[in-house]
Amino acid sequence: MVKLKINQKEYSVDASPDMPLLWAIRDVVGLTGTKFGCGMAQCGACTVHLDGEAVRSCVTLVSRAVGKEIVTIEGLSANPDNYLQKAWIELDVPQCGYCQSGQIMSAAVLLKENPNPTDEDIDNAMSGNICRCGTYPRIRKAIHLAAKMQREGGSGK
Amino acid sequence: MSTTTNVSRRNFLKTGAVLSSGLLISFTVPGAKKLGAAASMVGPQSGAAFAPNAYLHITADNEVLVYLAHAEMGQGIWTTLSMMIAEELDVDVNKMTVQHGDAWKPYQHTAFGIQITGGSSTTWSEFDRYRKAGATAKALLVQAAAQKFGVSPAECKAENGVVTAGDKSATYGELATAAATLPAPGEVPLKDPKDWKYIGKGVKRLDTPAKINGTAKFGMDMQFPGMLTAVVLHAPVFGAKVKTVDAAKAKSIPGVKQVVQIPGGVAVLADNYWAAKKGRAALKVDWDLGSGVKVDSAAMLTQYKQLAKTPGTLAGKEGNVDSAMSKAVKTVEAEYVFPYLAHAPMEPLNVTIQLKGNQCEIWTGTQMPGIDQEAAAKVLGLKPEQVRVNTVFLGGGFGRRATPASDFVKEAAEIIKASGKPLVKMVWAREDDVKGGFYRPMFLHKITAGLNAEGMPVAWKHTIVGQSIMEGTFFAGMIKDGIDGASVEGVVDSPYMGAIPDRLITLHSPKNEVPVLWWRSVGHTHTAMAMEGMIDELAQAAGKDQLAYRQELLKSHPRHLAALNLAAEKAGWGKPLPAGRFRGIAVHESFLSYVAQVAEISLNPDGTIKVHRVVSAIDCGLAVNPDGVKAQIESGINYGLSAALLGEITLEKGQVKQGNFNDYVVARMFDTPAEIEVHIVKSDGKMGGVGEPGVPPVAPAIANAYFNATGRRLRQLPFNKAVHSIDAEMQIPHT
Repeated sequence: MVKLKINQKEYSVDASPDMPLLWAIRDVVGLTGTKFGCGMAQCGACTVHLDGEAVRSCVTLVSRAVGKEIVTIEGLSANPDNYLQKAWIELDVPQCGYCQSGQIMSAAVLLKENPNPTDEDIDNAMSGNICRCGTYPRIRKAIHLAAKMQREGGSGK
Repeated sequence: MSTTTNVSRRNFLKTGAVLSSGLLISFTVPGAKKLGAAASMVGPQSGAAFAPNAYLHITADNEVLVYLAHAEMGQGIWTTLSMMIAEELDVDVNKMTVQHGDAWKPYQHTAFGIQITGGSSTTWSEFDRYRKAGATAKALLVQAAAQKFGVSPAECKAENGVVTAGDKSATYGELATAAATLPAPGEVPLKDPKDWKYIGKGVKRLDTPAKINGTAKFGMDMQFPGMLTAVVLHAPVFGAKVKTVDAAKAKSIPGVKQVVQIPGGVAVLADNYWAAKKGRAALKVDWDLGSGVKVDSAAMLTQYKQLAKTPGTLAGKEGNVDSAMSKAVKTVEAEYVFPYLAHAPMEPLNVTIQLKGNQCEIWTGTQMPGIDQEAAAKVLGLKPEQVRVNTVFLGGGFGRRATPASDFVKEAAEIIKASGKPLVKMVWAREDDVKGGFYRPMFLHKITAGLNAEGMPVAWKHTIVGQSIMEGTFFAGMIKDGIDGASVEGVVDSPYMGAIPDRLITLHSPKNEVPVLWWRSVGHTHTAMAMEGMIDELAQAAGKDQLAYRQELLKSHPRHLAALNLAAEKAGWGKPLPAGRFRGIAVHESFLSYVAQVAEISLNPDGTIKVHRVVSAIDCGLAVNPDGVKAQIESGINYGLSAALLGEITLEKGQVKQGNFNDYVVARMFDTPAEIEVHIVKSDGKMGGVGEPGVPPVAPAIANAYFNATGRRLRQLPFNKAVHSIDAEMQIPHT
C-alpha cells in the first residue's frame, strides 16, 4: 500500500512501487479523466500536476508521487472559475475529446508560469500533447483567450 | 448493468413506418439484410412516457432524450443530430439528453443498409429522418394538448417545449403520457428553412462540458467491480500462429490472474493494465510465422513499380489513348507513391465485455455496432439479440473502428470465451495499434498525359496499384468487374477526365498478408494527390498559372470552381508573398463535398517543409452547423498534414518497424499551420459530408507549393522524407 494525495484527498493505494502513476490513478483509484494514449511520454494524454509541475503520469512511478500533491483534470475542474475550461467551451475546442484532459493540464501549467504566452511559447509548452483530431488551432486560440481572461478577469471579450 | 426494457413497442412501430418511408436509397451494402440487421430488438431503454420513435423519447419529467443512430467520434454528430430534432420538436437543444443508440435495426443507415458511422454521411443521411422524428413527436404533443385544452390543434402553438393555446399551457412532459396513446399522424410537414432556429446557424457542441472536465466516458473508461484487464501478446508478423506458450513467469507476476491462448495470440488477464502488461512482457511464446514473414514494404514497392508497367483491370476508358498520346505535342509522365498508414486514434482500441449465461454485453467505441454484435455472437455461439452493444464515446475513429472483420471486438469475445471469466476489459497498448494492421494500403499511381499545342491534356493513361480494402470482407460484393471502387475513387470520377477525350485507367490489386482498411477519406487519400499533383505538373509543362489551368479544365464543374475560386481569393492567389514563402493549390471532391485549399509554405534550414497557412473553401451544400463544418475541415487539414509530411508504416521481414508516436510521427502543435482559414461556399447544392473531405487536398497543395519554392516535384509521401532523398540525390546543401 502506498499513500497518494490526489486532488487534496488521501488515498491508500494497492500498487506496486514500479506502477506508473497513470494506472494507480485510473485502475486503482478509479479516476478516469486522465487518459492512456501511448505509455511512453510521447502523447501527453496522461498529463497531471505533481506539486504544480506538469508530468506524464504514464512514465512517472507511483513511488515518485508519494508525499506530493497530485492534481488531475477532476481536481482542476473543481475550480468553477477555471479560465481554460471557459475558453475551451467558448471556442468549441474538443472533437473526440480524448486528449483534452491532458491538453488542459499542460496549458494550466503554461499559464501559471507564463500569463501572457506567445505562439512560440505555446508551441514549446504544448507540443508534447498530441491531438489526432488536429484541434491545435483552437487550442492555441483558447490558451490566448484564457490568458486574456486571466489577466483581465471576466470573459476576455 | 442492463436496465429493463420498457419501451412501448407499439408506439415505436406505429410511427416507424412513416419515418422510414420516402427516404432516398442511394446504395446498399450487398447482403446488408443479413448483416447487422440483427433481429435484435434490444432498443433504447429510457422508460420514457412518450416514445414516438427510436430517435426521441420524452419523459413525464419533461426530459427530452435523443438516441443517436451514429457514433460520436469527434465529428460533432452528437450536436448535429440533436439540432435536427430540436429544430422540429421546438425544444432547447441545450436541454436535451443525448446518448448513443444500441445496435438496433431502426438505427441502420438510411442509405447504406447497415448501422455504420462512416463515409462522411451522418448529416446528409439523417437530415430527413431526424427532422421527421422531431416533427412527428411535436404533432402528437400538439394533438394531446388540443384534447386537454378542448381546442383544435390549429389553435395550439408549440414553442420551447411548451404547447400553448390562449391562456392554457402545458409542457411536453405534462403531455407525454397522453401523446403516447394517440394514433400516429400521417406525413407531417417540416419547417420552412426560413423558420429554422438552429439549422444553418449552429450551436456550440453539446459534448464539450463533459470532454473538458474528465467526466466523458470513452470505452477505455469503463470500470465495473470484479472486472479484469486483458492485454494481448499479438503475433509478431501478420498471420503468425502460436506454437507453444510458457506462461509460468507471467503467472507469477502479482495481479496476474490468468493466461489464455486465443486465435490471434496470448492474452494475460490481471487486476489492472499494468500487471497485465508486465505479465505480457514475461510471456515466452514460440510462433509459427507463416508466409507473413516475407512481407517487405520496400520489396513491395519494387513489385508495384513493375506491375504498373503492365495494364491492369480496366477501370475507365474513353477513345483511343495510345493513338491520342502519339499525336500529343508534349507528354508528361509521373509516378506517385504512398506508404501504408496507421489511423492511430488517440484512444487505443479497447473493448469491455461481460458474459452472464447466454447474455453478453459489450461496451466499446465502434463505428459498426451491428457488425460487431454479429461477430461477438458468432464467437460466443449466441444469437445476435443475446449480445447488447453499448457504443460509448470514440477517442477518434478515422475508419479504424469500422472494421468489417470486427477484429478487436472479436478478440475480446475470444478472450472472455477462453478465460471463462464474467467481465473483462481488453486494452491494446499503443504498439498493438500501430503494429496491428488495418492500414491505409500502400499505393502507386503511374500516369502519362499528353498535351496539345495549347498545353491542354488530350490523352491520359493511368495505372493504379494497391491492395483492395473490400476484398475478403462482406463489402466484396461491391467490387464490380474486378474494380474495388475505393481504390479508384477520385480518379475514374475526376472532373478533369471529362475534359480529356482519350483516356485509359487500369487497376492492379495485389494481395498480401497486411490487413488494410479505410483511413479517413479512403481512396481519396492517394487519388487526390495523384490527380492534383499531375494537373499541376501539366500546368507547368503548359507554362500556365496553376489556378488558371484548373479553372479552364473545370469550367463545366461549378461546385469545384466555386470552392477553387473562393480559396484562391481568400488566400490572395497571385499576390506577392514575404520572401521565402510560396503557395500551392489543389481542389478535390470527395463524399459529395468540394474542397479547395491553398497552402503557404517555407523551407526549414534542413530543407524540410514548414506549412504556415492553409486557406480552405468547401461547398458541402447546406452547412447544418457551420462552425462544426469549419472544425472538421481544420481537423482534416491537420490529419492530412501528418500523412503529407510525416507518417509512414514500413515492414521488414514481416515486422512493422514503427510502434509508437516516437517513430510513427504525427503532427504536433509546432507542425500545425499558424493560420488555418475555412470558408464555406454559400450553396444550394446537394448536401455532402465534412468529416473526410478536408483531408485529400492537403498533400497536393503542399507538394505544389514545394514545386513553386524549389522547382522540384514531390511524388512520394511522406514529403519530409522524400525531401531528404531528393536533396541528397541532387546534392543540395543545407545548413
